[in-house]
Amino acid sequence: MSSYHAKRRLSLILRYVLLAVLAIVWIFPIVWIVLASFSYNDTGFVSTIWPKQFTLSNYIGIFTSDQFPFVYWIRNTLFVSIVSMILSTFVTISVAYALSRLRFRFRKPYLQIALILGMFPGFMSMIALYYILKSFDMLNLVGLILVYVGGAGLGFYIAKGFFDTIPRSIDEAAEIDGASRWQVFVHIGLPMSKPIIVYTALTAFIAPWTDFIFSGIILSSSGNSKTYTIAYGLYNMVHATKGTSTAYFTWFIAGCVIIAIPITILFVVMQKFYVNGITAGADKG
Amino acid sequence: MFRKKNTLPPAATYKEVWRNGDQYTKLSFVFMGLAQIKNKQWAKGFAYLGTEIVFLLWFVFSGISTLSMLTTLGVNKTKRVVYNQSQGVYITKLPDNSVVILLFGVLAVILLLAMVFLYVTSLKSLRTLYVQNRDGTHVPTNKEQLSSLLDSKLHITLMSIPILGVMAFTVLPTLYMISMAFTNYDSKHPIGFSWTGFKAFGNVLTGDLAGTFFPVLGWTLVWAVAATATTFFFGVLLALLIESRGIKRKGLWRTIFVIVYAVPQFVSLLMMAQFLDLQGPLNTVLMNWGWIAHPINFIGASANATVARITVIVVNMWIGIPVSMLTSTAIIQNLPQDQIEAARMDGANPFQIFRRITFPQILFVMAPALIQQFIGNINNFNVIFLLTGGYPMNNSYNGAGDTDLLVTWLYNLVFGQTQRYNASAVLGILIFIISATVSLFAYRRTNAFKEG
Repeated sequence: MSSYHAKRRLSLILRYVLLAVLAIVWIFPIVWIVLASFSYNDTGFVSTIWPKQFTLSNYIGIFTSDQFPFVYWIRNTLFVSIVSMILSTFVTISVAYALSRLRFRFRKPYLQIALILGMFPGFMSMIALYYILKSFDMLNLVGLILVYVGGAGLGFYIAKGFFDTIPRSIDEAAEIDGASRWQVFVHIGLPMSKPIIVYTALTAFIAPWTDFIFSGIILSSSGNSKTYTIAYGLYNMVHATKGTSTAYFTWFIAGCVIIAIPITILFVVMQKFYVNGITAGADKG
Repeated sequence: MFRKKNTLPPAATYKEVWRNGDQYTKLSFVFMGLAQIKNKQWAKGFAYLGTEIVFLLWFVFSGISTLSMLTTLGVNKTKRVVYNQSQGVYITKLPDNSVVILLFGVLAVILLLAMVFLYVTSLKSLRTLYVQNRDGTHVPTNKEQLSSLLDSKLHITLMSIPILGVMAFTVLPTLYMISMAFTNYDSKHPIGFSWTGFKAFGNVLTGDLAGTFFPVLGWTLVWAVAATATTFFFGVLLALLIESRGIKRKGLWRTIFVIVYAVPQFVSLLMMAQFLDLQGPLNTVLMNWGWIAHPINFIGASANATVARITVIVVNMWIGIPVSMLTSTAIIQNLPQDQIEAARMDGANPFQIFRRITFPQILFVMAPALIQQFIGNINNFNVIFLLTGGYPMNNSYNGAGDTDLLVTWLYNLVFGQTQRYNASAVLGILIFIISATVSLFAYRRTNAFKEG
């Protein structure tokens, strides 16, 4: 009996050790990023794990720099993400609700077309989007918002999976009592779907903070770095200005850490919705 | 695909509507909405009529020329120096801008099709109206029609703005790019280009790009299989480890791993590239410990192709395992325990239980998600672009490196030195064909074994 217990104990210890090792391996590069943001460095290169000298100058530098208008980037991104969050959530939730709860003639075709469109690589449309926005003189933050909101009509899968799980009998009962479908939507559908609205809104909010490709194509032509969003601004800082700005590499890391912290926290909070969405919305027609 | 449902024959044929309808009904065949206005359905009638007037004005003043230019994509293809009589000087005349002509041409085609669609719906509405008048049933009033937009026609209210957005920012660009694959839009024809049929496809599949296309395609498929399989398999193992009996604070353990995925990829991957650099911290540490004598070139421009490819797959595991751990955790928690109990009683060891029971069950549930992940990995731009940028260089490739996927190559063809826009459009179409084939095949298979 005692040998059985000893075996169980050994197995548990081994599993804890394995888990701890894995956790360290996984989290280590992230810790290193944070450490590097505090390291004093003027070579544009971080080649040690533990900084030789700690300093806050990277954070001070990125906030006060004229060359990299970090505060403008945050302001622009905040503007884009808040407006796009409101509009995209409205669009996504409307589409998801209509496709899940209402029955109409172009429902199936819409689902099929959405599936087909989703299989084209998103980059294909970039040149076209550039020219569309250019011909309407919209290569700016408003144009960027339009691109994000325009795509929101196809990002309905997770929200639709959620609506599919709400029993239809509730709707039917309300309709028998004389409620119009709009009333059902506003007074029953929306209050019951607060989690998915929060999830959709947070996803839409996060997107502009992490997108460096579309924002780069749309905003770079202005040549004015004050109009950039944060993701493109930071990306541009290490890539386009290679050579001249390597001395600012640690500033870049500091900037990354500043925006990564809130996004990471938001995502960790959302992880439950994320899982539910993937497993619930997987294969329902 | 778009199967028609069996419906009852219409209450009246259009022939009958035309023959027996009053003059407003007859006129409505040409001027949409007049019959509705006659029946005091103001909103609907004026919406139809207004749209038609706006459309006709646009069509006459700009639509016709836009559409006719679409056939040639502009007459002037080359830059010319012409003598300007009035000013008495030579001026350079740029070729017609085919990019804009094509874009607005595609837009015009979409508008034309939308108008045809609207015309058909107006005819249907006209017929309904005719039948209601003929049979003396209730003709909906203007107010009733407007309020139906919040009830039986709520889908129109909810879907119209999103559909407009999708049309403008997804459908139009996609159609535009598809049509670009049939032109000679490249660095030699940057402004004025023409239709060339399947020539660009020929360039990619058998011409000067074939020597790059097939190796890159091969690596893309290897990558997609390896990336999907490794993250899935090890994600399941990690989930089982965290879920196993006796481990406390499961949520905290999961969060540690999820943090890696939660950090924006352009931060984590760009920094990972720095971490793995020839002079980066990893090499420094390994050298200090005396494990290696020379720094390993993991992902640099002159790295070994195989080393770089393995590195990319390993780094992708770092990013991808937490996600698949999260999803498989949800499945593991819902797995029926009786089979596992029975197997344990019969003396199966944990490894056997995993191989024979747990893993197949998870695989079964996750099959659709795996297909999506596979397609996502074919199009996994971020990992390659941010981590290696396609490096190491490969001199026998045209504008691609050893770790470049089809999507990153597509990006290089557009924004890199080569500027082969038509070839990039061809690549996009080919990627679509690959994704569509894979998912069609896989969905068939998974459906089959669901039913069987």
